[in-house]
Amino acid sequence: MSDDDPDLPAGVARRDFGDGPALATRGESVYGEPTGDGWRRWDPHRSKLGATIEKGLDTGLSADASVLYLGAANGTTVSHVADVAGPTYAVEFAPRSARDLLGVCDTRSNLFPLLKDARKPETYAHVVEADLDVLVQDVATRGQARVAVENARFLADDGRLVLAVKARSEDVTAAPEAVFDEALADLREAYDVLARTPLEPYHDDHLAVVATPR
Amino acid sequence: MTEQTPAGDAGWFAGVERDDTDAAAAAIREGRADAPADWPERALDAGFAADADDYYDALHEATVAATRRAVREAESADDRQLVHAIRAMDDLASTTNELAERVAEWGGTLDDEPGTGVAYARDLAARDPETAAEERVVSLAARVVALADERDAEREFLERTVSTVAPNLASMAGPVLAARLIELAGGLESLAKMPSGTVQVLGAEDALFAHLRGNAPSPKHGVIYTHEYVRGTHPDERGSAARALAGKLTIGARIDHYAGDYRPEVEAELDERIETIRARRDDGGAK
Ligand SMILES: C[S@@+](CC[C@H](N)C(=O)[O-])C[C@H]1O[C@@H](n2cnc3c(N)ncnc32)[C@H](O)[C@@H]1O
Repeated sequence: MSDDDPDLPAGVARRDFGDGPALATRGESVYGEPTGDGWRRWDPHRSKLGATIEKGLDTGLSADASVLYLGAANGTTVSHVADVAGPTYAVEFAPRSARDLLGVCDTRSNLFPLLKDARKPETYAHVVEADLDVLVQDVATRGQARVAVENARFLADDGRLVLAVKARSEDVTAAPEAVFDEALADLREAYDVLARTPLEPYHDDHLAVVATPR
Repeated sequence: MTEQTPAGDAGWFAGVERDDTDAAAAAIREGRADAPADWPERALDAGFAADADDYYDALHEATVAATRRAVREAESADDRQLVHAIRAMDDLASTTNELAERVAEWGGTLDDEPGTGVAYARDLAARDPETAAEERVVSLAARVVALADERDAEREFLERTVSTVAPNLASMAGPVLAARLIELAGGLESLAKMPSGTVQVLGAEDALFAHLRGNAPSPKHGVIYTHEYVRGTHPDERGSAARALAGKLTIGARIDHYAGDYRPEVEAELDERIETIRARRDDGGAK
């Protein structure tokens, strides 16, 4: 590959789809995204993880990394993760979304869909392996930090948590700053925070956090 | 290791044969463990899989099968919601019409330019009543409007739900007829199991029983009559059109129930078939 960018995980590149360089991965197209030469665009406006990478945070995502993805929805982001990484476990609890996610799994043999509740890791700990490299979480519900703490058991000691905290999921009236501070405080129960950044201009009122188990 | 039940600290593959996807899917759905472990390695040690690739292939098959089943179960519960919604919609429609008539009748005695139906009720509900009687009419009109709005909301819910529960059926029959067929059959599963001849006359039970008693011709169509492909076809060809439509709707219901993905080719075949049936009439020139 001639597209190696030292700041991007192996398997993620910047490609031009007609309007300047954009993040891309190699894989079967999923949601009508622009494609070319086997690459498909990873739109940071539609993906908080894409935005986190775009903002320059080191997510720990790499070729062959093992990944647990919480809140996979219809598979938009996790499809790119599976293009890049090794075994990728995708947890989603809404059947409607999981049905679409199944379509994404058809062409990705390293992607394992699980219709489970991320607040109950004991219901999938018999499937998801230990010592994972990356835990991506985008559940956008109350108690987001708690979910991350509960799922810390899956991470290797030097593994990474990549969390998108949505301000309005916690409290529609509270100021985003207050919500973020509280989430970070809760996280510290199980993690050391390595980096964080607001996801503007891609996603309003979202904070991306990268952390490692303590 | 292999004889462990999926409890405590056993992996999903414990006690499961490598090629038994049913058992594996059940273990994925029902098993639990407090802590994860190096399951790939344990599976190799237990002789479940030949190597890591083989393990992950088995895991992929099992998780996809488990999720597909769980999704289908969850969505088949949705078809029952649909049945309630369409019945509520029917009740709301008849109550709304009945009360709208009452409002028009009553309003006509107080109003110089009375109107009819829900539109008139909407009109009346927005007025300022001056007498005690007007107050009652305006208030009643407001109830009619609220019922009509609820009926519309019910229909919207139904349209949204039916196209996820039964995408093929909904796209060929239209959301309301699709929901009606599911209701008459008593659920998507029963509809999927019906022969297409039964689907063809669903909703024509009275006519069918009359026929069976020997005092009427056999009915050619039930509620599917409301479909443009039947109603809009020349009477001489309506029987064929109804048969063709019922056939494809039955196939659609089966795909919806057993697979769940949308397949445009079934609908394309239906369109073609109807075109052929209608062309017979046009070419023949008779009548
Ligand atoms: C913002 S969406 C995720 C979008 C997705 N990450 C992407 O970028 O493609 C949040 C998802 O989390 C799911 N979710 C919320 N709470 C959950 C829980 N407790 N367990 C599993 N999934 C959950 C929702 O159903 C929804 O699909």
